[in-house]
Amino acid sequence: MDITAIIYPVLSIGGIGLLFGIGLGIAAKKFAVPVDERVQGVKDSLPGANCGGCGFAGCEAFAKAVVSEEAKISGCPVCNQDQINTIAKIMGIEASSSEKYRAVVRCQGNHTNAKPKYDYSGIQSCHDAALVGGGNKVCGYGCLGFGSCYGVCVFDAITMVDGLPIINAEKCVGCGACKNTCPRSIITILPAYASYNVNCISKDKGKEVKAGCSVGCIGCGICQKQCEADAITIANNLAEIDIEKCTRCGKCEQKCPTKAISNLLNI
Amino acid sequence: MNLFLLFLGAALVNNFVLSRFLGICPFLGVSKKVETSLGMGAAVTFVMGLASMISYIVYAYILKPLQIEYLYTVAFILVIASLVQFVEMVIQKMSPSLYSALGVYLPLITTNCAVLGVAILNMQKNYSLIESIVNGVGGAVGFTLVMVLFAGIRERIENNELLAAFKGLPIALLTAGFMAIAFAGFQNMI
Repeated sequence: MDITAIIYPVLSIGGIGLLFGIGLGIAAKKFAVPVDERVQGVKDSLPGANCGGCGFAGCEAFAKAVVSEEAKISGCPVCNQDQINTIAKIMGIEASSSEKYRAVVRCQGNHTNAKPKYDYSGIQSCHDAALVGGGNKVCGYGCLGFGSCYGVCVFDAITMVDGLPIINAEKCVGCGACKNTCPRSIITILPAYASYNVNCISKDKGKEVKAGCSVGCIGCGICQKQCEADAITIANNLAEIDIEKCTRCGKCEQKCPTKAISNLLNI
Repeated sequence: MNLFLLFLGAALVNNFVLSRFLGICPFLGVSKKVETSLGMGAAVTFVMGLASMISYIVYAYILKPLQIEYLYTVAFILVIASLVQFVEMVIQKMSPSLYSALGVYLPLITTNCAVLGVAILNMQKNYSLIESIVNGVGGAVGFTLVMVLFAGIRERIENNELLAAFKGLPIALLTAGFMAIAFAGFQNMI
């Protein structure tokens, strides 16, 4: 056997490889992309589960978004406070600037409190029930109680009690999925520090509210008179509390004749 | 004229994706948006054109004189892999958005059988250097054309109500089949 049969292939293929290798090495220097070392740091502080809960393609994509300031450092729903603090340190921002939100159900019309308009036996979903004669409750604003919000909550934060969603404030991350699915727009997203809240959105007159529900806001204005911080306004027969002005004195809750106001922090 | 016919033949008649069924992976993978499919097509065009040229030079001036033609697969893959690496670096530098959009499919051009296919076809048909490049670029242009057409159709499909069973890949594969039938119409053109 001719030894050249081995040497030529080795030399030629090896030579080509070497040539391309050197070429690529030079190209790598020339086309080097400066990688922000903060991206690596943020990525290392993240849980690394690539769950996509932040809305990005994975932890690396989220880290890049954080560094380019497209995402908030608190955007990761899985991170605990320590991890967020670490990321904040890398980014040089105060972690306390992040704000937590929670969903709030603005209706107390469960099966006991709110009267049904008719006996509904169609598809058991709020959207379908809302289509039939404006819903199966006398109140045209209140919760229909079929638990569409319960179905969309991926954080297991909603439980249905007597035909009314109860939100677990600890589990709720304020993603707004329940708010978006509710056909009655009963659920709102409020900052976690919000305390006193009017649990009714009925704009009906007091008499009509009374006819359908025992715990609705009748727009009587007692809370407005009681409020020491001028935080309550009455519009369209409905009281609204400005959470920025509220001093948490609690007089509105005590004096409300229909018990429509409650302290969210106590639930 | 011959070169023009060769170009047309490579692009339409013997289209890599729809007649030879090579390079199906990126065809299905990166065809959700016209923009990214265009980027992918451009990257493949660049790699295919250069690969045809360099693999011709390697084959004609290194493998043949040394009588080691049997190593062509190794040599061609070496050429293609290096080119893809180079393209990857360039795209990462020039257009990070395209880089992230192409994702894993960019390094996968390395194993895109259309690219290796064009190099081997050039060799089997004994094309000259110019013919090889024209065949390579023609094939790549055909690839890009089909990618963009397919992505356009998929974008339209995306906006329509579909049976659950057809959603996603099934309808894409059906579409690809119909497109292949349509392209079969070019068969007797040349």
